[in-house]
Amino acid sequence: MRVPEPAPKSLSPRDWMKRQSRWSVYELIAWAAAITPFFLFPTYLPLANQIAIAALFALSVDLILGYAGIVTLGHAMFFGLGAYFAGIISVHGWGEPITGLLMAGTFAGLVGFVSSFLITRVQHLALIMVTLGLGYLTLELANAMSWLTGGTDGLRGMNRWPIFDTFRFDLWGYTAYSYSLVVLFICFLLSRRLVNSSFGLALRGVRENIKRMPAIGSDHKWHLRKIYTISAAMAGLAGALTAQTTNVVGMDALSFQRSADVVVMLILGGTGRLYGAILGAFIYFVARDQLAGINPQYWYFGIGVLLMLVVLFMPKGILGFLAGLVERRGK
Amino acid sequence: MLGRTTAAIVLGLGMAWGSAAIAQDTVKVGVILPYSGPFADAANQLQAGIDLYLATHGNEVAGKTIEIIKRDTGGPAADVAQRLAQELVVRDGVDILAGFALTPEALGAAPVAQEAQKLMVVMNAATSVVTEQSDYIVRTSVTIPQLNYALGQWAHEEAGIKEAYTLVSDYGPGHDAESSFSRGFTEVGGTILGSDRTPVDNPDFSAYVQRVRDANPEAVYIFVPGGAQPAAIGRALVDRGLAPPDTAIFAQGELTHPEALESMGEDARGIITTFHYTLERDDPLNNEYVAGYTAANNGREPDLFSIGGYDGMHLIFETLKATNGDTSGDALVEAAKGMAWESPRGPMSIDPETRDVIQTVYIREVQEVDGELENVIIHEIPEVKDPLH
Repeated sequence: MRVPEPAPKSLSPRDWMKRQSRWSVYELIAWAAAITPFFLFPTYLPLANQIAIAALFALSVDLILGYAGIVTLGHAMFFGLGAYFAGIISVHGWGEPITGLLMAGTFAGLVGFVSSFLITRVQHLALIMVTLGLGYLTLELANAMSWLTGGTDGLRGMNRWPIFDTFRFDLWGYTAYSYSLVVLFICFLLSRRLVNSSFGLALRGVRENIKRMPAIGSDHKWHLRKIYTISAAMAGLAGALTAQTTNVVGMDALSFQRSADVVVMLILGGTGRLYGAILGAFIYFVARDQLAGINPQYWYFGIGVLLMLVVLFMPKGILGFLAGLVERRGK
Repeated sequence: MLGRTTAAIVLGLGMAWGSAAIAQDTVKVGVILPYSGPFADAANQLQAGIDLYLATHGNEVAGKTIEIIKRDTGGPAADVAQRLAQELVVRDGVDILAGFALTPEALGAAPVAQEAQKLMVVMNAATSVVTEQSDYIVRTSVTIPQLNYALGQWAHEEAGIKEAYTLVSDYGPGHDAESSFSRGFTEVGGTILGSDRTPVDNPDFSAYVQRVRDANPEAVYIFVPGGAQPAAIGRALVDRGLAPPDTAIFAQGELTHPEALESMGEDARGIITTFHYTLERDDPLNNEYVAGYTAANNGREPDLFSIGGYDGMHLIFETLKATNGDTSGDALVEAAKGMAWESPRGPMSIDPETRDVIQTVYIREVQEVDGELENVIIHEIPEVKDPLH
């Protein structure tokens, strides 16, 4: 169990929490690495863009799965709602990206808030089934409403405007990756603040023992509703980014495959760690890109082997494993 | 540290220049297909068509070597297809984009073809609007309206059917098929008695077929995806007495593809289908193609995906010949417009205005030939265009 280290006696709880949220040198290196594609690998920018978006999506799932213990297999629902919202408003004449992004996030958040009442009623297997069911229902809804969504052919006729009226979305992906990276960074800062707050601690309490939380006077259902809404909004932002940077939305944005892939990314990177989500998305996409380059038919075999190795030998994910190494060396 | 960064930059740039230098005498064709996932079989059949063309025609044309680069979308993922197209253009430096088994893949890649000004050969994706998404798209497969609109007209004008009922799967291709058949049928004076839609993954059709039975139509038009469904719907129709010769059954050609015919058995007898490629069509070019294909693929027979890939490669070869090896998108598209050739499927050409395929549509009936059921061509409609452009 990832119980936070007990606070040493000399520290007040407030100081302990401050210490937890201090920036480490590893984090600075990670973010510095995120901007290297602009200089070192300019031909990989479309991939980097997709990684940034997947990382944002994984981050949103990590908040509920890794921190609050809500196991979901239907989070693509919010990703897809965000993507369709951003896509549909741009088809109907509003192509300004930033306001479109915010509206899409808000919309997904609202749907998330409504569905959170259902989510907090159930636990364990029933919870997985409910998330799965909601995901399938949304997918079927998008199929049935093909007059609005374009159905299986995908949404057509999106018209996005340049960001700030200046930065066109170019073929190389400079604008797309910059845009997605900035949104990822802002959402990351918010998440970081969130998990290092008392609210974040309460969530971890819910994850570790949901029965004891009411006993210590914590309104755990309200906590769960809040984080589920935030997570849904963030997933919606990721979906909207996909819609805006690629100018297309397909039914696959809502698919079970997308919900499952993001859980695979989290398991690879390590749940309950914000950087685990980002590292997981990075490893998943780079492995996929390289493996599919070698063999386009059977690349998923490689992902499967990787997943088994990680689950067997690094139960806390690759990041958890690395953190363990660093700690051991420190002692 | 600085030295190492510089070295990396120089190495990166060097690789970029290196690939540009090689591009002088090779033509790179980036093929985007769902090689993995639920549509992998379609992708493999299409790829086999491409491979067969290269095997029989060599990989050199107009003094240049054709190099195929494959990329996997994993399914109908428009955003993945777009990224792959972008990467193929900026990283691999491809001259031509090709493949596209599914409509979302083609829609995803279309803006890239438009911006990069590269020829994009759509080898399957059969929704009408695909070719309208970029000025550089040329299609060598078929469109659903092309087949079914022609069938609708034929059903009333030639077969004398006055009233029909439609029963299609509730998804994009099913909707397109329903609307184009109905349009062709009613425009020449036929009446549609009713239309029903079934779920895409439907194991049992009895309730739906009973509704059709109650309407007592002269003919039923059906459209279901391949797999287990053709056999299920064939059985349900026969059980309810909706079978030829009392009731005419119309469908699109995949329904009675040889592999599906095997699973349908006797239930398939008399079903009338519309298609652009008929495996059994006796024609020297087709016989040679089928023999070559089955020999190269362990006895597997070519289908609509294979012929789309095969003719797509033909188009790429011929346009390169016409431009004398010039790979600019504008030159290639100009050369493709109006190009006509004899394919194993029959005569076909590219519409100079819409860049879409114009071809013969075959009306076939499942009949017994030498003790086995197969598709027998009963009518040919030459030079059919997509009616929606």
